[in-house]
Amino acid sequence: MDFLIFEAPILMVQATLDGILIGILFALIAYGMALQWGVMNIINIAQGDLVILGGYIAYTMYLAGIHPAWGVIVSPIIMFFVGWGLYKLVINKVVDRDLFISILATFGIAIVFQQLMNFIFGADVVVAQSGYGTTMLFDNIVTLPHSTIFSAVISVLYAIVLVIYMRKSKLGRAIRATAQNARAAKILGVDTEKVYAATFGINAALCGVAGALIAITFTLHPYVGLPYTVRSFMIVIVAGLGNLPAVAISGMGLGVFEEFADYILGTEFRIGSVFMLLVIILVFRRFKLSRKREYLK
Amino acid sequence: MNKIAKLFITLTSAILFTLATISSAFSKVEGDTIVLGAAVSLTGKYSSNGVHTQNGYNLAVERLNKMGGVKVGGKSYKFKIIYYDDESNPKRAAQLAERLINQDGVKYMLGPYSSGLTKAIAPVTEKYKIPMVEANGASRSLFTKGYKYLFAVLSPANQYLEVAIDLAVEKNGGKPVKIAQAFEQDAFSQDVRLGILDAAKRTGSEIIIDDKLPKELNDMKATLVKVKAKKPDVLVVSGHTKGALTAIRQIAEMKVDVPMLAMTHCDAAKLSKQHGKNSEYALCASQWHKNLSYKDKFFGGGKKYDKDFTKRFGYAPPYQSAESSAALIVFKDAFERANSFDGDKVRDALKATDMQTFYGNIKFGPGGQNIAKPMILFQVRCKGDKCENKVVAPTKWASDKFYHPIPSWSKRS
Repeated sequence: MDFLIFEAPILMVQATLDGILIGILFALIAYGMALQWGVMNIINIAQGDLVILGGYIAYTMYLAGIHPAWGVIVSPIIMFFVGWGLYKLVINKVVDRDLFISILATFGIAIVFQQLMNFIFGADVVVAQSGYGTTMLFDNIVTLPHSTIFSAVISVLYAIVLVIYMRKSKLGRAIRATAQNARAAKILGVDTEKVYAATFGINAALCGVAGALIAITFTLHPYVGLPYTVRSFMIVIVAGLGNLPAVAISGMGLGVFEEFADYILGTEFRIGSVFMLLVIILVFRRFKLSRKREYLK
Repeated sequence: MNKIAKLFITLTSAILFTLATISSAFSKVEGDTIVLGAAVSLTGKYSSNGVHTQNGYNLAVERLNKMGGVKVGGKSYKFKIIYYDDESNPKRAAQLAERLINQDGVKYMLGPYSSGLTKAIAPVTEKYKIPMVEANGASRSLFTKGYKYLFAVLSPANQYLEVAIDLAVEKNGGKPVKIAQAFEQDAFSQDVRLGILDAAKRTGSEIIIDDKLPKELNDMKATLVKVKAKKPDVLVVSGHTKGALTAIRQIAEMKVDVPMLAMTHCDAAKLSKQHGKNSEYALCASQWHKNLSYKDKFFGGGKKYDKDFTKRFGYAPPYQSAESSAALIVFKDAFERANSFDGDKVRDALKATDMQTFYGNIKFGPGGQNIAKPMILFQVRCKGDKCENKVVAPTKWASDKFYHPIPSWSKRS
C-alpha cells in the first residue's frame, strides 16, 4: 500500500487523466468485442491477440522506415482481411453453436496466433518510436505524453466513423438488423453469412487500430494479448451489448480504476485488480439477477 | 485387418523398446566422441536467447574440435552435443533431461537457457549424478540448494547491480545514497533485489521506494511518479527486457530526472538500438563485454570472439552466447585434468577449476557459482544518433569513464 497519492492530491489529476486516455483505447477494443458478441453471439478470446498482431503490423512498418502512426490506417485494412479469413476458416463453423464451443474455438485461435507471432516476429519485446513529445502541466508534476493523447484521439475518431457507418450504410443497417433478429433478417433478404464475415472483419480492424496505438504507447510481445481480452470482456459485461456510450464510459472507468489501483496497491496488482473487479461484477450481476427473478415469481 | 494392425503395433513397440534399451547401453563416449546433452529453448518465449545459447555452444564445439579436441589418456576426443527443444517449458525441460540421461545415455550435461529451466533440470542431473556445466542460470537459489553436480560459469544474480550502488556511493563522496527500486516478481529479479538490499545495508544507504512489477508489465508510471516526487539518488529497475524498454520509454515521456539509472537486460532488449538517444546514460549490468581484456588460447580475446561469432552466425554475440561458449572450455579443461571419463572424477575436476577464458576468470564456489568473475556495468553513450555501450565499471576492466550525474531532460536535446 502506498498513500503518496493522498499526500500529494495533484497526482490524482495525473492518474485520472492517464486513466481516461488509456480507457478510451480499451473502450475501442471493447466496442469491437461488443459488436461481434451482439451480432454473432461469440465471445472472442483471441481479441487481445488480434490487437497484438495489429501492433506488429505497425511495428513492421516502423522497421521499414515508415512512421508507425500510419499503422492506424494500414493495420486495420490488413486486419479486416485477417478477420474475414478467420471467419471463413473457423468462426463460420461455430457461429450458431453453443457459446462454449465458440469460446474454445477462439481460445485455440489465440494460441495459434501467439505461436505464429512468436515464430514470425521473435520472442523479444519490441517498441515502435513515434518521436512525439510530452506536455507538462502544473509545474512539471503532471505529464501528458503526446502518444497517449494521439491514441485517444484516433480511438474516438474511429468510434465516430463506425457509429456513422452503422447508422447510414447498407451493410451497417444489415449488421444491426442481424443483431436484432438473425432469422427475420435472413427472411427479409439479408445475407447473414456476409454480415457475419463483415462483422468479424470490422472487429479485427478495430483491434488493428488499437494494436498500432499500443505499439506507439506501450510495448509489444507475442504473449501479452490476454490482459486486453480480459479488459474488453469486462467493459462489455458492464456496459452491455450494443450500447456505445456505455462502452466508452465503462472503458474510461476501468482505465481510471486501474491507474488508482496502480498507485495505491502497487503496479504488481494492476492486472490483478482488473481480474478481481471482474469477479466482483460477475457475482454482483448474478446477485442482482437472482433478486429480479424472485420479483417476477 | 484388426489382427494385423495389432500385430504391427506390438512389433513396432517391441522394436522401439529394444532400441531404447540398446541406446542407453551406448553412453557418454562413442568411439572418439564425447557426447554432451542439452535441452535449450528453440521455441516459446525464450526462443531468441535459447538460440543464442545454442550458437554459443556450437561455435565452441567447432573451435575445440578443430584445435585438437579433448586429450584424455593420450587419445584425442571430439565433442558432440545432442540437443532437444524444451519449448521454454520447465516441465518439458525436466522430461528431456531424463530422456537425455536414460535413453540417450548422456553422462555430461550443458545447461538450458534461463534460471527457471536450470532449476527444473538441476534436480534431475543431481539425482543421476551427472555433472552439468550451465551458462545461463544466474538465480541465487540455484547455488543454495547444496547441489554437487551443478557448475555455473556466470556470476550469480545478486551480484548484477551491487556494483551500481557502490558506484553511486562513491560518486556521492562515500556518503550513503537514497535508492529507488522496482523489481519484477520472478526468481531472477528478486535475487537482483537481494543484492541491492545487501549493498544498501553495507553502505548504510536508504531504500525510499521499493516497488514490485508484474509479469505482464507495460506501464510503470506509478513508480516513476514516486521517483519524481521523492528524488532518489539512484533508480534501479530489473524486469527483463520489457522492464528495461518500458522504463526508458516512460522516463523519457515523463521527463523523469534522476542522477543515476541502473538496469538489467539492456543488451537483450537492444536498448540503445530500440530507444536510441532516450536510453543514453543508462547503466546496465552485464556478464560480459567484448572490450574486456580476458584471454584464452581458443578464442583469443573478447574482440576476436566477437569477430568469429559474427562471421559464423551473422550477428554480434550477446553475453548469453559468450558464456555458453565458455561452458565448453570449462568441460574440456576438466576432462583433461581428470584424465578420465568417470563421472565423479570429472565432477571433482570441475570442482577444482581455476582458469581464465575469453569470457572471464572461472573458479567455482561451494554452491557451484562462479566466484572469480565480477559483473560489469556499461553505460549507454551516444554520438549523434549512434548509441554504444561503454564499459565503465569495475574500474580494473573499464574502458571508458562513467558519466555522472545524468543531465536533466531540459538540458538534453
